[in-house]
Formats: sequence, C-alpha cells, structure tokens
Amino acid sequence: MATLNILILVCLGYVVLLFGVAFAADRMAAAGRGKWLRSPLVYTLSLSIYCTAWTFYGAVGNAARSGLEFVTIYLGPTLVMVSWWWGLRKLVRVGRSQRVTSIADLLSSRYGKSNTLAVCVTILAVLGGTPYIALQLQSITLSFSIFAEADPSGLYREGSSVFWVATGLAVFAILFGTRNLDANERHHGVVTAIALESVVKLFALLAVGVFVVWGVAGGMSPMMDRIDASEIGRWNVDAGRWTTLIFLSAAAFVCLPRMFQVMIVENDDEGHLRMAAWAFPLYLLLMSLFVVPIAVVGLDLLPEGSNPDLFVLTVPLSQGNDWLAMLSFIGGFSSATSMVIVTAMALSTMVSNHVVMPIWLNTQEGLGSISGDVRNIVLMARRVSIAVIMALGYFYYSLSGGGTALSSIGLVAFAGISQILPALVGGLFWRGATRTGALVGLTVGFVLWTYTLLLPGMGGVWMPETVMQNGLFGLGWLRPQALFGIEGMDPMVHTVMWSLSLNTVAFCITSLFSFPSPLERLQGAQFVNVFDHSATPRGWTGSVAQSEDLMIMTQRILGAGPAQEFFQTEAEQQGGRSRLPEPTPGFLNRLERELSGSVGAATAHAMIGQIVGGSSVSVEDLLAVADESAQLLEYSSQLEVKSAELSRTARKLREANTKLTQISEQKDSFLSQVSHELRTPMTSIRAFSEIMRDTKGLRGTEQTRYAAIIHDEALRLTRLLDDLLDLSVLESGQVSLNVGDDSLRSVLDRAVSSALAGTDEKLAVRRSRASERIPLHTDLDRLGQVFINLISNAQKYCESPDPILTISAHDVGGRVVIDFTDNGSGIPPEAQSMVFEKFARVGVDKAGGAGLGLAICREIMQRLGGEISYLPGQGGGAFRVSLPLAYQQAAQ
Amino acid sequence: MTAEGESERKPSGQRPSVFLERQSYRRRRLTDAARLLPFLGAALFALPLLWPGLSAEGQAVPLSSAMFYIFACWGGLILVGLIFGMAARRLRTRDESETEADQWRR
Amino acid sequence: MSRKVLLIEDEPNIAEAIRFLLTREGWQVQTHGDGVDALQVIRAANPDLVILDVMLPGKSGMDILRDLREQDGMQSLPVLMLTARGQSRDREMAENAGVSRFMTKPFSNAEVLTAVRDLHAQATRL
Repeated sequence: MATLNILILVCLGYVVLLFGVAFAADRMAAAGRGKWLRSPLVYTLSLSIYCTAWTFYGAVGNAARSGLEFVTIYLGPTLVMVSWWWGLRKLVRVGRSQRVTSIADLLSSRYGKSNTLAVCVTILAVLGGTPYIALQLQSITLSFSIFAEADPSGLYREGSSVFWVATGLAVFAILFGTRNLDANERHHGVVTAIALESVVKLFALLAVGVFVVWGVAGGMSPMMDRIDASEIGRWNVDAGRWTTLIFLSAAAFVCLPRMFQVMIVENDDEGHLRMAAWAFPLYLLLMSLFVVPIAVVGLDLLPEGSNPDLFVLTVPLSQGNDWLAMLSFIGGFSSATSMVIVTAMALSTMVSNHVVMPIWLNTQEGLGSISGDVRNIVLMARRVSIAVIMALGYFYYSLSGGGTALSSIGLVAFAGISQILPALVGGLFWRGATRTGALVGLTVGFVLWTYTLLLPGMGGVWMPETVMQNGLFGLGWLRPQALFGIEGMDPMVHTVMWSLSLNTVAFCITSLFSFPSPLERLQGAQFVNVFDHSATPRGWTGSVAQSEDLMIMTQRILGAGPAQEFFQTEAEQQGGRSRLPEPTPGFLNRLERELSGSVGAATAHAMIGQIVGGSSVSVEDLLAVADESAQLLEYSSQLEVKSAELSRTARKLREANTKLTQISEQKDSFLSQVSHELRTPMTSIRAFSEIMRDTKGLRGTEQTRYAAIIHDEALRLTRLLDDLLDLSVLESGQVSLNVGDDSLRSVLDRAVSSALAGTDEKLAVRRSRASERIPLHTDLDRLGQVFINLISNAQKYCESPDPILTISAHDVGGRVVIDFTDNGSGIPPEAQSMVFEKFARVGVDKAGGAGLGLAICREIMQRLGGEISYLPGQGGGAFRVSLPLAYQQAAQ
Repeated sequence: MTAEGESERKPSGQRPSVFLERQSYRRRRLTDAARLLPFLGAALFALPLLWPGLSAEGQAVPLSSAMFYIFACWGGLILVGLIFGMAARRLRTRDESETEADQWRR
Repeated sequence: MSRKVLLIEDEPNIAEAIRFLLTREGWQVQTHGDGVDALQVIRAANPDLVILDVMLPGKSGMDILRDLREQDGMQSLPVLMLTARGQSRDREMAENAGVSRFMTKPFSNAEVLTAVRDLHAQATRL
C-alpha cells in the first residue's frame, strides 16, 4: 500500500523535475539553443492545458452520470482547431502583429486601445478563473484524500494540504512566469514544463484505460458488451445540452485566458497551427478514448455512492494496483498544476497590465520619462497578482467547501468567459463593431450569466430561494432559471442561450448605433483585414536609427545590465566588430518585443518609432498621441507627457534664442554708444590742439581757454574710461567687496561733502541726522559711490532756482531704505524705465556725463544685495536705495 | 490528394510560369476544402441528435455504437486535417516566393 | 558777399572749434544746439551751407536732413554731416537721406575746411 508519505515524496520529486525542466528550457532558450523548444509538437502539447483536472477526473465522473455527454467538451475545441483556417489563423496573426499580451489586451487593442474594456475583460476573467482554480485545488485535495483514507497513519489534514498546494503553485508560477519581463513574449520554461505534463497526463490516463480494458474487462469486445450492459449503456443525451455544450466549449476554448496565453501569446510561428490543427484533436481523442470504459468499470466494481469523479484513482486502487494509481494521481496532479500555473500567469499579466500599471502610471504623472524602476514595478505587480489570484482560488475553495460536482464548476466558468466571444468574433470579422457595442454586449452577457448561473449555483445568501421561485422583485419573468417565463430548460442551456444571444444582440445593435473613434476604426481595419495589412508582422526599417539612442532608451526601461547583455548578444550574432549592433529590422523587432514586455506593446512600438523615425511609425502611433478620446489611462498618457516635454523644450529654445538676439543687439548698440562717447571729446581735443598748433598769433586768453577745453575734455575721457571699467568689473561679478562697519550717517556725511566739493552751484541738502544713526555692515566705499552719484545728479539736473535735496532714511525690518528727493521737475514717466540703462541720459547733458552713473549704481546695489529704484510721484526727482543692514554673501 | 501533391513535386528549382497558375489554383482548392471541413464536422457531430433517445423505449442506440460513430468521425476529421496540413505545408515550402507575390496581388 | 554757415551741434566745445575755424575763413557762423526746432532755424537763417551733427537732442540729424530735403528750395542746399558713430550703416543712411558730404569725428581741421570750400564752390558753380 502506497503510503501518503511516498505519495508526497513522489509529488515533490515530480515538482522538482518540473522545476528542472523549466529551468533547463529557460537556460537553453536564453543561450539560443534548443530549437525543439519552438517546435510545433511542443506548441501542440502546451495547448493541452485545456485538459485540466476537471477533464482528467471529471470526464469520467460525467460519463458515469450522463453517458457520452462528456465528449462535447472535446468536440468543441476539435471543431475550432479543424477550422483554424477560418479563425485561429487570423487570431494568431492579429495577436502577433499587434503584439497582444492577453485576451484583454487584444480586445482593448481592437476597440481603440480602450482600457475600460480591458478592465472589464480582466474582471470577467478573474471571476471566471477563480472558481476554476479552486476546482483544481479541490481535485488535488480529493485525490490526496483517497490515498489518505487508505493510509493508516492518518496524518493528513485537508485544509493545510490545499494551502501548501496553492502556495507551491504560486511559487512555481512566480518563479517561471515572472522571472524576467517577457510576459508578452515566450515563457519557454513554463511551456516546456507544461508540454511534459501533458505527456504525463495523457500517458497516465491511457495507462489506466488500457489496464481497465485489457486488465479488468478482458479485451475490446467484452468491454463493449459491458458498456452496453451498464446503466449508461444507451444513447441518452439531451439534444439541447449536446449542442449547447459543443458550442460552449468551442467558445471557451478561444476565450479562456490560459488558452489564449498558450495558443496566441506563446505562439512562436503561425505555421505551428498547421500541426496543432490535427494533432491537438488527436490528443483530445486519446484523452477521451477510455473515459467511458473507466466509468463503466468503476460503476461496476466500486460500491454504490463512491465518487465517480475519482474513478480514475479508485479503480486501480480497488484492483490493488497502487503504482498505476500513483501514476494516475501524478496525471491528475499534472493537469491541475499546469492549468493553475498558466491561468495565474495569464491573469496576472492582465491584472498588472490593465489595472495596476495604468493606476501606477497615473500616479506618476509629471515624472514624464520612464525610469529604470518600471521593470521592477511590473514584475512586482505580476508577482503580487499571481499571489492574490492564488489566494482568491484558495479562499473560494475554503468557502465553497468543495461540495459541487467538479464538472459543473467548470461549465459555469466556461459560460462566463464565453461572454467575450461576440466582441472577439465581431472585432475580428466586422469592421463596424465598436467599443461601446463591445462594452454593452459584455455587460449584458455578464449580468445575465451572474444572475442566472453563477449566483444560483452559489445559493444561500447570494440567491435567496424566494427569488429563485418568484423572480427578482417578485416579477415572475425574472426568475433566474426561467427568464421571460420560458420554463423547463436545462439551467446551463438556459443561461448560455439567453446570455450569449442577448449579448450578441446588444453588441450588434449598439455597434450599429454608436460611432467609433478614429483610432478604433483604424484598429478595426487592421484586425479585420490583417492579412492584407501584414504579410508578416510589421517590420522596422532601421536605416536611420541610432543604436546608441536605442541603447540609452533600453537601459532606462530594462535596466543597465539586461540591456547591455541584450545588445551585446545582438552585436555578436550580427558578427559585427562594434559593441553596438546595427539597427537591422530583425534586431529592432526583437528589441521592441523585449521592451513591450515591460511597458506594453503600444508604448514600446511608439518609443522605437520615435527613435527610428521614418515610415515605420504607423498612423496608429500618431493617432495614439493625437486622439484625445483614447483614454488617458493607458499608455497614451506617457506619450502626452513626452510631447508636452518636447514642446516645452522647444519653447525654451525659442526664448533662449530671442534672448541671445536681444543680447547681441544690446552689445552692438553698446559698442556704438561707447564709440560715440569716446569720439565726442576726442573731436574737441583734436580740433583745438590743431587750432593751437596751426594758428599764428593766437591771443593769450584764447590760448588759455582752448587749453582748458582740451584739459576738460581729456578729463571727461578719463572719467568715461573709468566708468566703463568700473561697470564691466561690476557686471562681470568679479568685483571684490571691501566690507566694513560704520553708521549710515557718516557714509552720507562723506558722500555729501565730496559731491558738493569744488562746485559753486548751490544745492541745499536736507537730512534728519537722527534717523541716520543706523549701523551698516557692507562695502562702505561702494555705497558712498552710489550716494555721491545720486547727489551730483540732483546737483546737475535739478532745474529749480533753489535746488533742495532731501535725504531720508528708515530702518525697515533688517533693511535700510534711503530716499533721495529733489524739488526739480523729476524724470518724465516715459523715461523712468530707462534711467538705469547704460548711456541713458535725460534731456540735454549739461555736465558731460557719459550716462553710465545710474547703471553703475544699479550694479553696485545688486552686488550689495540691495536695489535702487526710481520713485515716481514725489514732486521731483526721487530715487530710493534699499539694502540689507548686514551684507551677506548669499544675499547676492 | 497526396498523390497529386507528389506528382507536383517533380518540377523543382526554376519553375515555368505554367505551373504557377496550377500551384495557386491547387492552393485555393485546398483552402476551400479546409474551410469546409469544420462544417462537415459540425454536421457529423450533430447527427446523433436525430437518434432515438431513451424515451423511445428500447429503441435507443447502444452506447458502444454511439462511441464507435463519434470516434470514427473524430478520427476521420483528424485524418483529413492531417492530410490538409501536410499538403499545405508542401505547397507552401515549395513556392514560398509565390506566396508572397500572391499576397501582393491581393 | 558774406557767406553764411549754419552749424547744428549740441557739443558746445566742438561748435566753438568749428566756429573759430570758419570765422577765420571769412564765414558768418550761426550755431544751434537742439534738434527739435532745427528745421525752422534753417529756414529762418537761410544759410549757404549747413553743418549737421547726427546725435542731437530731440531729433536726430538724419531725420532733420530727410525732412529738409522734402521742402521746397532745400534740395540743393549743401549739407555737411558729422557723426561720432562711424559705422558704414550710418553713411549709407545719410546718403539715402540726401547728404552732400559725410564726415566722421574726430576730424582734422583741414578736412573740415576743405569740405566746406568744396561744397560751397560746387553750390555757387551751379
């Protein structure tokens, strides 16, 4: 008797084997070896995750209950595969050319990259997927319990085993599904492991079947007799259910997220479909070949009331064939684990790409460019999603108690996920299908499915008996299992019929009456006419692409290490001498696929398009940027930020250019001014010196007078040169300040006396010396220079017959403010803004100043951390000087 | 179908244009066959609906016969699919360039 | 016959130097230091020759010359223009405005005298 311990050991050993296979396959794929990893056989075998534990155990149970009805679940997919030329080929082509990462991504992409739709599909998929995962957990637990019953040690506890199984599966999915950011690319490790598992489960079921037919029943014809003699020995299939289930399984086969993952996303080569088209139906046929014999033998051999869902295990056990039972247990374990792993991966991709990432990107608004963090965020989002999905499955299992027959949960999930079908088929074949139509159709189907199948199945609080009997709000035609008063239908047929037909009707009518956005119409055309648009997925022409730019961008998204590795490998493969690969179309395509794993297909495409430029940036990309109705949520928000950044930069450049032009003009006019100011005194000097040289008999007084003019003009030149020098030193900021301490009063004293010295013009200076007792810590000489300038300006320009200059000082919160007000006419308003500019002179220059004084004052005050300004409306010329009491370096 | 495929294998390398027409004609007919296959399958699988059920007391078809019928049809579909797949592949590998040219024309 | 020159120049020292030079040559020299009413002064003084500075307070010498040339009987009045901004652009502008002779400061006294003599000779010959 196989003990539980051996069973657990075998399980662990098997899991270790799977890990090893997955790891080795990943390594081989990374090293570029292992072409068989991409063979059509592996592809076909990976499709067999369609056969879950429900199929493995439940088909026999179903056969034991309803005869041949179980076969419908296989006939649907068979028909889909056989008609690959119609549908799957197109789906795979679209999936590859649009680089979709999940069924939600496909629908969102088709309907104008609508994230709303993607979120809806994701929710539907999670809702449908959770019970399904619970179902797998239950099957593993049940099979454990069969062995536990036979194990005398009885250490087995159901709850904890489920928990550990769930945890183990989550770890596997996280390890191999999110090892690197390749989610929309191929997971060679996982796919290979799944292919192995599918071989194991087929082998196990065939082994049990062979054992039953030849070991127990004694050959083909006795078996056939036994079948006909059994309680299910007559053809007794409900016509409605037969048709409905074939249709339903066909629909679910295409719509299930895990099937989409292995069939479309993991597809390496469209040509693989050719083999899968016959090989996968063959696999299904083999899987179902011995189902009826096992069921019949089980019904015969085992006591009344034993669970037919577990005949695959219990029949060999009852015959004492422990090792066969063990093999079949491993087969069931394989079915459950592979399904759970792929489902978790597919759902986590959907959740992270359509729920977590849009939210995250939205909160990151303003950051603009993508930092290296994105990759960790995506990975983390996927890992957490996997954990959460597994936890959901675990809780669903714990809460539901695992009572329902296995296959009915599976069918409920099928019916739920099939609600996607109208939108999917419509999107592929009908250009008129719109986003609104898809949303309305999905919603109608989803609501009907929930109301007529999901909730009644859960029973209890979720669907009170009164509603079941009398309908919602007591309305008879709203009874969940007899909508519109049509009674007596099988609940499953009832739900599928109503939900899918009303879903389709709503989808079509809404599509007809709504109008698609431009992007939607464009995508619609690309999907429906995919064979016209793309011989192969769109290629890049990278003649102008800059490998270095690509490298920089890739580093920011993938991180430095992986990016460099990727480029290095590419360069080596090209056999080039340079460390960067040439931007060949093949390389660009691979790079885009690499990038789309972390930022999504649309963004990756647009980003490469921006760098590569040229014709490969499709209208679609441009529309994605321009079309405001394309919901901000998805990646377009990034594009918008980028384009805003570009226009900001352009504006800055324009501003800088204008400023440079202005500066250049200012420089020209300054030079011209300087030239004028220098030439004017030179002219007088030259003229009078020539007069004195050439004129004979010049009178003494004339001689003295002309010499005085020459002297004055020479002084004026010197002053001008001094001022220019001073100004240039101040403006260049290289002036060294000589900071000292004194009171404002003594600075003013010195300034007044030196400004008024040596002039005969009378200027009365009025001061309130008491208020000037303010201690200053600043460059006293420079401040004095400003004061002198202001005082002599008043002296020069105040036209009043009795010129008076009033100087008043205030201490205003750490700053001192000094006003110089004269009683002249002041500066006319139009000239006030000009007075501090260089060479700005107001009116006739009486004293021959160069017009640099106030410009110098302004520079000085800026150096001292203060300012000088003209005070309008003071009844005369008025200047205000303000500066901090204590000069600080930082004040500049 | 296989025999026809074999006979067309002979002219390899540079093919005269006469054969091009024929190639593409063959491929179209093959495609037609492939497209019809699911309908045939659906019809075959729908046939059991006409069988008398248990309600017809004793007349019901034995399960073994039903199984035989279903699996035979199933196997037949797989076989035709296999043949089609092989033929399509042979045609495809032989005139890869024509396939592309053909797509251009469309 | 007394020859009359009108000197429009805002720098008093330069005006004084030119006045000294031309007075000794026998010219009657009238000076004016502002741009705003220069046109009226020219009309009123009716000189044989005008010496015009470019940088004048109120109105630039260029504008004065341009307006002057638009008035009747002023097209042939010799105008000698002086400027301290010796850029080629200024010379072009002055020629477009109808200047008779253009000189850059600082000038030599001989140059000014030659220019004045030439201009006067041309004007009287016509």
